[in-house]
Amino acid sequence: MNSRIWERFTPAQRLARFTIYLAVVLALVVSLRTVQIVPEFLYDAPTQMADMFTRMWPPDIAHYKGGVHEALVESMHIAGMGTILALILSLPVALLAAKNITPVPILNWLARLILVSSRSVNTLVWAILFVAVFGPGALAGTIAIGFRSIGFCGKLLGEALEECNKGPVEALKAAGAPWPSIFLKAYWPQVSPAFWGITLFRWDINVRESAVIGLVGAGGIGMALDTAINLFRWTHVSLILLCIFTVVILAEIVVTKIRERII
Amino acid sequence: MSAAETRRAFKPNWAARIGWLAVAAYCVVAIWSLEITWDRFVIGLENGAEFLGSMIPPSFARWQLLLNNLLETLEIAVIASAFGVVLSLPIGLAAARNLMPAWATWPARILIAICRSFHPVIFAILFVKAVGFGPLAGILTLIFASIGFIGKLFAEAIEEISLKPVEACRAAGAPFMSVILYAVLPQVLNRFIGFATYQFDANIRNSTMVGIVGAGGIGGTLFAAFQRFDYDFLAAILISIIALVMLGEYLASIVKAVFNE
Repeated sequence: MNSRIWERFTPAQRLARFTIYLAVVLALVVSLRTVQIVPEFLYDAPTQMADMFTRMWPPDIAHYKGGVHEALVESMHIAGMGTILALILSLPVALLAAKNITPVPILNWLARLILVSSRSVNTLVWAILFVAVFGPGALAGTIAIGFRSIGFCGKLLGEALEECNKGPVEALKAAGAPWPSIFLKAYWPQVSPAFWGITLFRWDINVRESAVIGLVGAGGIGMALDTAINLFRWTHVSLILLCIFTVVILAEIVVTKIRERII
Repeated sequence: MSAAETRRAFKPNWAARIGWLAVAAYCVVAIWSLEITWDRFVIGLENGAEFLGSMIPPSFARWQLLLNNLLETLEIAVIASAFGVVLSLPIGLAAARNLMPAWATWPARILIAICRSFHPVIFAILFVKAVGFGPLAGILTLIFASIGFIGKLFAEAIEEISLKPVEACRAAGAPFMSVILYAVLPQVLNRFIGFATYQFDANIRNSTMVGIVGAGGIGGTLFAAFQRFDYDFLAAILISIIALVMLGEYLASIVKAVFNE
């Protein structure tokens, strides 16, 4: 009688998995017990939400021309300029981060540090910092969006550069081409699809983010939203939310269409 | 050989040149309309130096407040991730077009689209109005954000599975739940854990932010420190946020390593 039992996981693997399940459940229980939630507020939430939505209806369309249009255009400019700024700033960082272009470990490490710190600070936090530096307005917002995007663009661009085929690079080097020519004619054609993909993807994200950085005073439609909320003008709030929704959906459609065409 | 016959290695690409010119023109227009001037930038740099100077050295004097807030942020992230992941399982499943009929996919897809299209901060504002200041608003916000993200990716993952095990189970007369449990889930579980750990990571990042509009966590303290020009405390908060985010990334990488081996 063959009593061998087949098992998919070793005891160590099972122990590791079990520990993780236990840790997750424990963390959840501890969090639920210690977090300060007033249950009455939760039971009350549906009524409050219904009340809010009745106040919001109908959106005050007439307000669009006077108070929203300009802020919306400003938001789009912040998203566009922020993306362009991010690309300009992330290019040198990406070059430093790519191990095949910069074969100096300490510079790679430095570039990676810049990329990580850019990504771990939220756009809204960047916006707070730059509002303190440049004062409230679109300048702070543009630079905040740009700085937040460096991490994303630089990381993906650096990875694209590392994956480049060496053939064209060595051919140009052998022909005695100077460094700018090598970059322009050997690396650029290989990374340009990735570059445009990254640009579109980040622009799409930045359109969403540029709508909210105004809440801390960094310009765009978020400022109009903040004012409307503070004044309890719920019909204006719903109009602004509707505009943001439309712009975000349009941006996504545009990005999908362009992506289909160029990639 | 005359000059006209000289072959050029690379033809000039006029379309690309015009495109770059258009980008440059857009920059000029946008800078002009945003009223960004060189003077403001230079004044800002001076301010920035002063600002950085007042941030150093970071002040950890109020470390108890800081620690309590960090714990609250972590609690928000844990609860929101747990509920978000559990809720996005059925929603993602309902949105998969290869398994579900149209009457199930459309509502699920619309729900996911709504969750995705608004920035978490906007949800946070609405929830603060609905349930008051505090961590509950933050938790609800991040649950919605998680449903939008995991729901979409999970639905896409299910749409890519091989349908052979599904057909085999159905042919053997398995009921619906068994088909899901034995034919669908084993194919997508690894990716699902990947999405879930990523979302936990993202929730830690976002829960530092939702506090800015009053939805609990470290963000509220951060914004208060900023408004009171408490820049040395602000620096301490920023350092601890980055440390917390890195801790979250580390935890996520451990979980992924255990489940992917």
